[in-house]
Amino acid sequence: MSRPLKMLSVTALLLAVVVVTPHTTPFLLMLATRIMILAILAMSLDLLLGFTGIASLGHAAFLGLGAYLTAILAVRYHFGLGWDFWLVVFFGILLGAVTAALFAVFALRARGVYFLMITLALSQCVWGLAYRWDSLTGGDNGLNLPSRPVFGTIQLGNDTAYFYLVFAFFALSLLLLYVFVESPLGRSLVGIREHETRMRILGYNVWLHKYIAFIVSGAFAGLAGVLWAHVSSEVSPEDVTLTTSVDALLMVVLGGPGTLVGGVLGAVIVLFLREYLSTLVPWWPYVLGGMYVAIISYLPDGLLAIGARWRRAPAVAAASVAGSAQGPTRSNKLEINQGGIE
Amino acid sequence: MMAKWVRSAGLPVIAMALAALAAPPRAGADELRIGFLAPVTGPLAQIATDMTNGFKMYLEDNKSDFHGASVKLIVADTQAKPAAAVLQAEKLIKQDHVDMLIGGVLASTGYALAPVSTREKVLYISSIAASDDLTQRDADKYPYFVRTGWSSSQPSHPFGEWACQNGIKKVVTIAADYAFGYEVVGGFQKTFEACGGKIVQKLWPPINTSDFSPYVSAIKPDSDAVFILAAGGVGPLQLPRQLQQAGIIPQKRLIGSGTSFDEFVLPQMGDEVIGAVSPLQWSAALQTPEAMAFVKEYRAKYGKVPSYFSESNYTTALMIDDVMKETQGKWPGSEEFIKKLTALKINAPRGPVSFDDLRNPVQNIYIRKVEKTELDGYPDAELWNVVSKTYPNVSQFWTLNKADYLKDPVYSRDYPPCKNCE
Repeated sequence: MSRPLKMLSVTALLLAVVVVTPHTTPFLLMLATRIMILAILAMSLDLLLGFTGIASLGHAAFLGLGAYLTAILAVRYHFGLGWDFWLVVFFGILLGAVTAALFAVFALRARGVYFLMITLALSQCVWGLAYRWDSLTGGDNGLNLPSRPVFGTIQLGNDTAYFYLVFAFFALSLLLLYVFVESPLGRSLVGIREHETRMRILGYNVWLHKYIAFIVSGAFAGLAGVLWAHVSSEVSPEDVTLTTSVDALLMVVLGGPGTLVGGVLGAVIVLFLREYLSTLVPWWPYVLGGMYVAIISYLPDGLLAIGARWRRAPAVAAASVAGSAQGPTRSNKLEINQGGIE
Repeated sequence: MMAKWVRSAGLPVIAMALAALAAPPRAGADELRIGFLAPVTGPLAQIATDMTNGFKMYLEDNKSDFHGASVKLIVADTQAKPAAAVLQAEKLIKQDHVDMLIGGVLASTGYALAPVSTREKVLYISSIAASDDLTQRDADKYPYFVRTGWSSSQPSHPFGEWACQNGIKKVVTIAADYAFGYEVVGGFQKTFEACGGKIVQKLWPPINTSDFSPYVSAIKPDSDAVFILAAGGVGPLQLPRQLQQAGIIPQKRLIGSGTSFDEFVLPQMGDEVIGAVSPLQWSAALQTPEAMAFVKEYRAKYGKVPSYFSESNYTTALMIDDVMKETQGKWPGSEEFIKKLTALKINAPRGPVSFDDLRNPVQNIYIRKVEKTELDGYPDAELWNVVSKTYPNVSQFWTLNKADYLKDPVYSRDYPPCKNCE
């Protein structure tokens, strides 16, 4: 499918979502709002995992910082509950970016599995702060936000209004991230993912490229955090746990790394199965687990690669019959990440 | 290529369309819709089973008929996560149109759900979540919140006095590092020190700790009892075992929160807990006709001794039934229901229960000692929480002055301050 056609279908799909969802059930509306927020988080992680080829296990930290900033300002200072919400959005993005800039200084010294461990450790620091700094964060009890922001006559306490706001941020994030990955900077990130040494020899400052990618990623995750704080009007250390980071990683891997929309699809699948299926059957975790295993075993490039895989299947069969030693030409991102350890 | 996009995009759209069709209609006049929030999956899944079994047993005993209202119970999975609990609660209210919410285990879940009840003006009954302030300093914020279980420090207050009257002088506490731990220990410290006891050391292992050796080895030798409260995972089983291995017990006396030796974990515990003393509003070893009948039926039905998680939810169902009796099976609206509920005086399996003006139960607190004995006609010697003393009709403020009590801050890691630690 050509690029304009892809963009057209994504736009059509987004329009369909924004038009149809408010007319479904209240639960679906709330679920869709959460899906879009976590989709922003997943897309921000995809920038690292899919485009730059580095897997972070600490993205919950940026989400948590954004969420706690919003909650603390609202609870302790009654700030960000009116038009000043936009300032909170700005601060949330800034906090995500600044923290990412700080974390990246440590994390980018390592590669592969060591990078995973460092990002994990750094995000656990944020969890530790949330959990232990009672006087500021409310500790394990978390913080309850007094209300969602009110802009004049528009009350975001109304789920439909909040859905539209989140949708706007989501669509804008998708657009900005798309522009970013299509920019020369984004293309060189893909170059780094595919062959870091070659990029270095060509004279690219690989470290700086990764550093910038990390900061941009942190900024979007911080934005997701600000929106997340208001979605259930509470923030707790549970939002910053390893599980949240792993969820984000799974969303990207399920949908398809290096595609942006893959993370969105992953968010839809994970949240839909978890929150919707759980209202129907108690054995929903098996469905989710089975799906993870099946997709990672049979579609290591994610669900979005399903069409490509079907088309390729006969070609691969023919190639192996011909005794070709080349194998599939598809680049397997998971292998490349492994390659980063060398 | 187009096909791939259609396929991947089609899935959620179709799912959404199906879901829209499946939305249930509004409740009928004679239907009582109850949303039950329990951590069905995740680390607290066993607790969720105990909770739902307790509630369901009452429903089955009464064929889901509360004096003309047919009860529709909708169980929702909180996954032990506050954010998931809020989503499920709002779904229950806005889509399933439930008349009330029941449940929640962790304090964080209770704190997340109480504002939902205020926002949506829907009754939320907390049968388990015990955080003190929900019915103390924050009670005004949550007028639609009623507790049928207990507040964390409620059993601790009489227990502190009991400990100091029964030869315990210097206590080391090892309690999970979160609000529930602070409140249980804080309540104990307040009354224990008021009558002359001393807390000489407070250790706070994180929630979900499974190896307590650093804490066990730090226990001051100059103490005569250890107060324990472990939370999450294998911690509750591991802590007494490690205390025994280190020779701390039986040399020092073992005491703790009621939950530390609750029937939920007691059958899996070893003989090291024999002699351990703890307070709670329930013990499966209670020798009253109500309790014995409840234990017998529950055990026959589910093959295990009912924990306080089961009793509390059974009693909650009993209370709702009693209110429906007054209204002859008609839902009177949240405000009216809360008035009638908190005016109840009932005889639950745990004993007599009424409510104070902050919507927290006033009930007996039992001082229980773990013994290995044959009880209630069951053939084997088992561990039971044998009741050694009953403090009747204990309110969340015990004998303390309510106004003064509420002026103090809520119990925390640093309050009450540890005057005798070093």
